[in-house]
Amino acid sequence: MKRLAQHALFWPSATLALLLLVNGVLNPSFLAISWRDGHLFGNLIDILNRAAPLMIVSLGMTLVIAIRGLDISVGAVVAIAAAVAALLVGGGFSADGAVASRYPLWFALGAALMVAMICGLWNGLLVVKAGMQPIVATLILMVAGRGVAQLLTGGQIITVYYPPYYVLGSGFLLGLPVALWIAALLWLVLQLLATRTGLGLFIRAIGGNPEAARVAGVRAADIALCVYTFCGLAAGVAGLIISSNVKSADANSAGQLLELDAILAVVLGGTALTGGRFSLAGTVLGALIIQTLTATIYSLGVPPEVNLVVKAVLVFAVMLLQSAEFRALVLRTVRARAGAA
Amino acid sequence: MNDRAIVLEARGISRAFPGVQALAGVDLTLRAGEVHALMGQNGAGKSTLIKVLTGLCAPDAGQIKLLGREVSLHSPQQAQRLGVSAVHQESHLLPNLSVAENICAGRYPRRSWPRGGGIDWPETRRRARELLGRLGIDIDVTQLAGGLPAAVQQLAAVARAVAGDARVLILDEPTSSLDTDEVQALFRLIRTLRDQGVAILFVTHFLDQVYEVCDRMTVLRNGRLVGEYACSQLDARGLVAAMVGRELAETHKSTTPAPDTPDVPAALAARGLTRRGALKPVDVELRKGEVLGLAGLLGSGRTELARLLFALDSRDGGEIHVDGRDCRLEEPADALRLGLAYCPEDRKQDGIVAELSVRENIVLALQARMGLASFLNRGEQVALADRLVAALGIKTASIDTPIGQLSGGNQQKAIIARWLATNPRVLILDEPTRGVDIAAKQELMGEVMKLAADGTAVLFISAEIEEVVRVADRILVLRDRAKAGELPGGASEDAVYSLIAGGMTAGEA
Repeated sequence: MKRLAQHALFWPSATLALLLLVNGVLNPSFLAISWRDGHLFGNLIDILNRAAPLMIVSLGMTLVIAIRGLDISVGAVVAIAAAVAALLVGGGFSADGAVASRYPLWFALGAALMVAMICGLWNGLLVVKAGMQPIVATLILMVAGRGVAQLLTGGQIITVYYPPYYVLGSGFLLGLPVALWIAALLWLVLQLLATRTGLGLFIRAIGGNPEAARVAGVRAADIALCVYTFCGLAAGVAGLIISSNVKSADANSAGQLLELDAILAVVLGGTALTGGRFSLAGTVLGALIIQTLTATIYSLGVPPEVNLVVKAVLVFAVMLLQSAEFRALVLRTVRARAGAA
Repeated sequence: MNDRAIVLEARGISRAFPGVQALAGVDLTLRAGEVHALMGQNGAGKSTLIKVLTGLCAPDAGQIKLLGREVSLHSPQQAQRLGVSAVHQESHLLPNLSVAENICAGRYPRRSWPRGGGIDWPETRRRARELLGRLGIDIDVTQLAGGLPAAVQQLAAVARAVAGDARVLILDEPTSSLDTDEVQALFRLIRTLRDQGVAILFVTHFLDQVYEVCDRMTVLRNGRLVGEYACSQLDARGLVAAMVGRELAETHKSTTPAPDTPDVPAALAARGLTRRGALKPVDVELRKGEVLGLAGLLGSGRTELARLLFALDSRDGGEIHVDGRDCRLEEPADALRLGLAYCPEDRKQDGIVAELSVRENIVLALQARMGLASFLNRGEQVALADRLVAALGIKTASIDTPIGQLSGGNQQKAIIARWLATNPRVLILDEPTRGVDIAAKQELMGEVMKLAADGTAVLFISAEIEEVVRVADRILVLRDRAKAGELPGGASEDAVYSLIAGGMTAGEA
C-alpha cells in the first residue's frame, strides 16, 4: 500500500477515481455505459471524447515544460489550425446537391497541421535562437495568432458542410471516439520515444540542468526546437478535432483559455513546472480530471454564472489533495489530535 | 595551549542517512582564539558534522555544549543567535544587493517610529563600514556584491558571518576557488578574527594551508574520529596516513617521454585559437598518449582555452584540427562526435544533472553521441555504470541514487566516468582534482596516466602546479590570456612559477 502510494501516478489516479465516485453517488446514471448506434454511449464516453483535444495539447505542453519552457500560444494555434482547415475544406452544396470539399480533405488537414507546426517552430526559434523567455516568446503568438485566425476567417464563423470532416471530432472506431484513438496513438508514440530512445533522458537532462546537458554533448537547442514544433503540431491536431466536433471554425472562441487548462493538466499529472521530471501518463490523467470536473459541474446543474467559481474551488481542492506538503500537514494535525485524545 | 577557554564541545555525535552511517561517535572541541582544521577524505563526515553544528541536521545521538551549557541546535538561524556561524564553499551573498545590505541582512537597523520606522540606510552603511574596518577589509560598502571578485565576496561573507558577534566561525572550504594572493587575504582575516578570540573551524583539502594557518586539527575517516592533534605533532605525511588509513605511495610520472613522432598528425591541434576578451591567439598541439599540462593563474585563460577547444564558446578566430583534419567544430555535440571529452571546472553548474541518477549521469554523453537512432537499454546502462563505478571507486548507495546526494569528489568521479564511457581520443580535464580529497586525487591522477598510457591524449588543467608538474609530459603556461611559454615534462615547479610570474626564461627572451 505504501509503495503504491509512492507511485508517481497514484495521486492523479486517486483524484480521478474520487471525482468519478462523487458523481456516481450524486447521480448513479453518471457512470452508466450503454451500446447505442453502433458505439459505446454514456457520460464517461463523452468525457473521454471531450478530453481528447485537451490530452493532445497537454502532451505537447508536457514536453515543453519538461525542458523548462512554456507555450501559452496553444489556444491561438488551435484557432489558426481550425480556421485553415475549415477554409480549405469549406464545402457546400453543389448544383446537383452532392456535397464536395473545396480542396481534397488530405490536403486541407495536411496544410492545417503544417501551419500549426510552423507556429510551433516560430515559438521555438524565438526561445532558442533569440533567447527570449518562453512565456514572453509564446505570448506574442498567443495574442497575434488569434488575430491571424480572425484575419483568415474574415471575422466570421466558418461553417463546414462536408460530413467526412466530422469524423475526427464525432466519429467512432471500434465503439470508441475517433478523437480518443488519436490521443491514445499520440501518447503511445511519445511514450515509446521517451522510454525506447534517448529522448527521455535528453529531455530530463535538459530540464534538470541545460548547461550540463549541452556540455555532455546533448544537442539541447535542436531538441528544444523539435519540442516546440511538436507542441504546435499537437495544438493543430486538437484544433482539427475541436472544429470537426462543432462543424465550424470560430476564430474568436476556438481553444480559448486552452493553454491554462493544458498547463493545469500537466501539473496535475505530476510534471514539475521547473522542468526535468515529467510524466506523459500523468498528463493524460490530468486532462481527464479537468474534463471530469467540467462534466461534474454540468451534472450537478450548477447555474452558468457561478460555473467558474465552482470550477476554481474544485481545482483548489484537487491541488490541495495532490500537494505532498498539505497531506503531510493534515497527517501531522490528525496525529497530534489523536495523541492529545 | 590547552588552557584556552573551550567554546564549543561536541561529544559522541552520530548521524545516519539511509544506507550510510555518516557520523559515528565523533568528538570535536573548539577553543577561543584558535584555528582548528577539520580533515578527512570525501565522505569522511565533515559536511555532516558541519550540518549538525550549524543546526541544519539533527544528530541521532551525542551532545553539543556551547560555553559549557548543553544546547540543541535545530536551525541555522538559531545556531547563529547562539553564536555559531558558517561560511560555505561558494559564498552566498545576494548579488543584487550592496555589500552593506548583505552584511546587515536580517538585522537592519530601524529608524524610530516618528521618522517612519523604515530601514535606516545611513546607519546600515555605517555599521558595515565599521565592521569591515575592524576586520581590516577595504571594500566600498555601497557596491553591488555581484560585481565584486569572488575572493572579495568571500571576505564579505566572512564579515557577515561574524557580524552578529559569532563565537564560533565555521569555514567550509573557503579557499577552493581562490588563487594564492586571495588565499593570503583570507588568512589575514582569519588571523585577525582568531586574535579577537573567535574559535574557527577550518575545512579544506589543501594540506599546506592547514599548516599555514591552523593550530590544531581533528581528523575523521569513514564517519569516525581518528584523533585530535596539534599541528606541530603531526606532519603532512602523518596527516595523510591518518586520513586515508594507510601510507600513500605517491604517484609519479614514469620518466619515459612520449614518443616523438612528428609525422603522425596531432590528436588535437589548434592554431591561432582566439576569442575576444577571453583568449589571445594561442597554438596548442596535443599528441596521442601524451599528458599536456596547462598551468596559469586564475583568469590567465586556462578554462577559456579548454572551452574553446570543446566548442563550448564560439571562437573569433583560429582552426581546430582533430587527427590532422580541419574540423567544423561549432557545438559540444560536434566535439563529442569527434572523440573529444571535457570535464568542466564547475561541476555543479556545467557537470552534473543533480536530480538524475548516477547511472543516468554516467550514460548521458555516450547516449548523446549515439543520438536517437540507437538506445542503451536498461541492462546496458546498468552494466556500464556498474563497471565505471567500480573502476573509479565511486562511493554511492546505489547507481540509482540521484547524483546530487553524492559528495563532491564522487560527483567529480562520476563526471569523469561519463566521459570515459565514450572512449575519448582527447580528454580535457579542467581542475579535476578541485574539491577532491587527497586519496581520490591520487586515484584520479593515476587514472589520467593510465589513460595516456593507453593512447588517450590528455589536457590536464590545474591550479596546483605541483600536480601539473607531476603528471605532465609537457607543460603549457598561460599568462594574461596568452601563451607565456612551454616547458618539458619534469621541469621544476620553480620554472613553472617563474613563467607564470613573467620571469625571463629561454622561451621568452
